[in-house]
Amino acid sequence: MPIKLDCEILKKEKIIEGIYKFTLKAEPIAKTAKAGNFIEIQVSTTGEPFLRRPISIYSIDDDKIEIIFQVKGKGTEILSEKKVGDVINVLGPLGYGTFSVDNYKKVAIIGGGIGTYPLYELAKQLKGKADVTMYMGFRNKDLVTLEKEFEDVCNKVVITTDDGSYKQKGFALDVLKEDCKKEKPDIIFACGPLPMLKAVQAFVLEENIPCEISLEERMGCGIGACLGCAVKVISGKEPRYGHVCKEGPVFKATDVEI
Amino acid sequence: MNTKINLAGIEMKNPVTVASGTFGYGREYSNFIDLNKLGGIITKGTSLKARPGNKPPRVCETPSGMLNSIGLQNPGVEYFAKYDLPWLREFDTKIIVNACGSTIDEYVELCKILNDLDIDGVELNLSCPNVKAGCLAFGMTYEGVKEVTSKVRKVLDRKPLIVKLTPNVTDITQPAKGAEDAGADGISAINTLLGMKIDIDKRKPVLANNTGGLSGPAVRPVAVRMVYQIAQAVKIPILGLGGIMTGEDAIEFMLAGATAVSIGSGNFYDPETSIKVVEGIEKYMQKHKIEDISSIIGTVEMN
Repeated sequence: MPIKLDCEILKKEKIIEGIYKFTLKAEPIAKTAKAGNFIEIQVSTTGEPFLRRPISIYSIDDDKIEIIFQVKGKGTEILSEKKVGDVINVLGPLGYGTFSVDNYKKVAIIGGGIGTYPLYELAKQLKGKADVTMYMGFRNKDLVTLEKEFEDVCNKVVITTDDGSYKQKGFALDVLKEDCKKEKPDIIFACGPLPMLKAVQAFVLEENIPCEISLEERMGCGIGACLGCAVKVISGKEPRYGHVCKEGPVFKATDVEI
Repeated sequence: MNTKINLAGIEMKNPVTVASGTFGYGREYSNFIDLNKLGGIITKGTSLKARPGNKPPRVCETPSGMLNSIGLQNPGVEYFAKYDLPWLREFDTKIIVNACGSTIDEYVELCKILNDLDIDGVELNLSCPNVKAGCLAFGMTYEGVKEVTSKVRKVLDRKPLIVKLTPNVTDITQPAKGAEDAGADGISAINTLLGMKIDIDKRKPVLANNTGGLSGPAVRPVAVRMVYQIAQAVKIPILGLGGIMTGEDAIEFMLAGATAVSIGSGNFYDPETSIKVVEGIEKYMQKHKIEDISSIIGTVEMN
């Protein structure tokens, strides 16, 4: 069940230019959070910016959660200026659609850019239980993040850059596709930019590989009341609008139109 | 200290309600607040049949507020009556259903059903700016509001009827008088202001529906002014809303002439906003030694 909690920032780390990691003291949230959940952060107590910022949980510990976010606008900029010891108001854990951490033999996880962060807790929870390969794609060398962190929890990490400035040139999905020709994974988990997710979805539907995709959409309340973050759900008899904050953010690739 | 008020025949423990469309049917917020502490809950806009809602993106942030174009997505009145109403009824708070439709016949059919449900009142939505037919089309003129309201009034004879008005008009007192002359028990004002935000990189509006309704603290002064104007023009009570975040904001609306208030997008900023408003009103009463909250309604003295 989601709660509202004042969380102290225990640690702040600048990962690369414009991308920050916060460690938050958040025991009651950490106790119930699942891989794939997100939180909504009130970045200002003045009412401006007005809406909370939805940010995925990067890692869950006993009494702490970690988030990684990119400064994209006014809200995340204010958030990035917070200091260790500051307290931020948080709603969480949010989202009832989370990654299914189940019994698999072989797992592929694919993340694009900042979309790799919501996948880390999943990889962590699968460590030692499945053979996990992480495919991470970035635009260029300067944007490559968390290589070591994923190496620590995955059996194999494949990194691609669009321009070839680091490791393999090209898209992470192309490498995953090649690997699937040899052996298909039991499931693919994906998060990243929309064009990547669309390509992943097209691939898994054609190859008939189970797949779970984490989506994002502009949100109002973050808890399922305002119906702002609509996504077309096609799992039922007729298509309908479901909501990323409530039924998601993680959906089966067969269930949504992206 | 007495915080009880009577809004259009609805006896409420305090003047604070939550606004339609911002609170669903209450379930989500019940994780965060005690619904028993609210004067009332105005449900999500509910129609005769289920409505799918608009294409996303449906919301975006604006200075001190937000735009929305949800498009009245709701499961329809039958579903509400079966699954949500019995659950809502377990709480000690008044339940007012926001009723919307595309045609006059739809409003009438819907209100026939609402007349027989275990609810405390109906808020007739003649003001949603995000749907192609109905709603706003009826809500902009004296004649339009009077026509729909009187037809609804004929079938809705057992529940208080509150008409929710749009601010997207030249003179808000005209539709307000239309509602009063048609026999409405109260007026709710204001719904959202029609707005637009453009993504300058894509050179396209951010919302898929191009325009949406503006809410939040940005609209509050407009709402206070309109509530005051309506209060001068009609005798029926007013449910005031528009950007209320604190008890002080609510008091402003009451001084302007509102009998009760609604918390809308303030719920998104903080799920506890409505409870804080209840507490803030009590603090104001203590500070100014007010025995009965009703005594301040419409008591603003103009310069």
